[in-house]
Amino acid sequence: MRDWTDQQVERMVGNILRIGVTLAALVVLVGGATYLVQHAADAPHYGVFSGEKSNLRTLSGIIASARELRSLGIVQVGLLLLIATPVARVAFSLFAFLRKRDWAYVAVTAIVLGVLVYSVR
Amino acid sequence: MPPNVLEFSLLVWLGSFAAGFLGALTGLGGGVVITPLLTIVLGVDIRYAIGASLVSVIATSSGAAAAYVREGYSNIRIGMFLEVATTFGALAGAFLATWVSTAAIAVVFGVVLIYSAYLSNRPRPDPAPDEPPDRLATALRMNGTYPTAAGPQAYHVRHVPAGFSLMFGAGVLSGLLGIGSGAVKVLAMDRIMRIPFKVSTTTSNFMIGVTAAAGTGVYLRRGYIDPGLAMPIVLGVLPGALAGSRMLIGARIRVLRLIFSIVVGILGFEMIYKGLTGRL
Repeated sequence: MRDWTDQQVERMVGNILRIGVTLAALVVLVGGATYLVQHAADAPHYGVFSGEKSNLRTLSGIIASARELRSLGIVQVGLLLLIATPVARVAFSLFAFLRKRDWAYVAVTAIVLGVLVYSVR
Repeated sequence: MPPNVLEFSLLVWLGSFAAGFLGALTGLGGGVVITPLLTIVLGVDIRYAIGASLVSVIATSSGAAAAYVREGYSNIRIGMFLEVATTFGALAGAFLATWVSTAAIAVVFGVVLIYSAYLSNRPRPDPAPDEPPDRLATALRMNGTYPTAAGPQAYHVRHVPAGFSLMFGAGVLSGLLGIGSGAVKVLAMDRIMRIPFKVSTTTSNFMIGVTAAAGTGVYLRRGYIDPGLAMPIVLGVLPGALAGSRMLIGARIRVLRLIFSIVVGILGFEMIYKGLTGRL
């Protein structure tokens, strides 16, 4: 297996970040535009905190909501893609350090990935 | 007449674009003014504001890091090592945010704003004296090179334990306040670990997304992240920050940075005042 140079890894990391952010922004844009068309004249409700309903705060709820093509569910999928972008970057770094047999950084990266997965799960 | 959803979203979009633009141009970061803007100016509950701001921080950090990482300034090893501290810190901060009163959060936020404003205008100290590199940094192969006009320039990393501890603090602030904590991260890397400024700022940018993602998971499950509010913010900050970072090259920014940090400082006092008088 040919070794990757640090520069190659950095270029791939850059691509992951760019693709992730672009995709997330597009999904947010589609969901957001739909939401604005449907609810333009409503009154905003952000002055009082009530918390999101469960269909917009759990992974399964968000996906179900988006599959019913609800606009806010689609926006929330875009935000999930955004959250997943740095997670994917760390996962890829773990893979790259594994390939290089750089065990100290395999351990460091695995800890970071563990914290992220615990948080986002 | 209060604005409807369309008008409100447009206002938020404009404010977020300006915040992203000025934040990237001056190096203060856009996330730091989103929450004061939403709470003080638009009357949004601080919990919604922090959730939406944190999401936008992931967007700008990842977008900017994608551009910087190819230039060869950022140091992935330093970043990954310090992310251990910032992600644990962000988790702690996000859990703390659900315990502490919103008034206390507003006051802490105000202090951080004022400190960031002060820090960004302080002259940088002279180049580091020739201390021996940190043993831990050498063992973890953090020392690196960065491109200059005269070819690659080598640098050594110092005071790793102190930098690591401060990074935990940066993570807590990020999770508690929904900001990138770029100012504290650069402080840890530039001033304490003595990493060259350009390497510090780009590596910090790189770490901010991961730190923010760690906090966002907690906020999402607690219902702090409202898609209707986050949408115009993400879509505003992102192109704003991209435009700002494009202009950074060669722009004379000292006056602009001074003006922007005065605004940030005023917002800081406003946050403290409103927090103390319970009007937030």
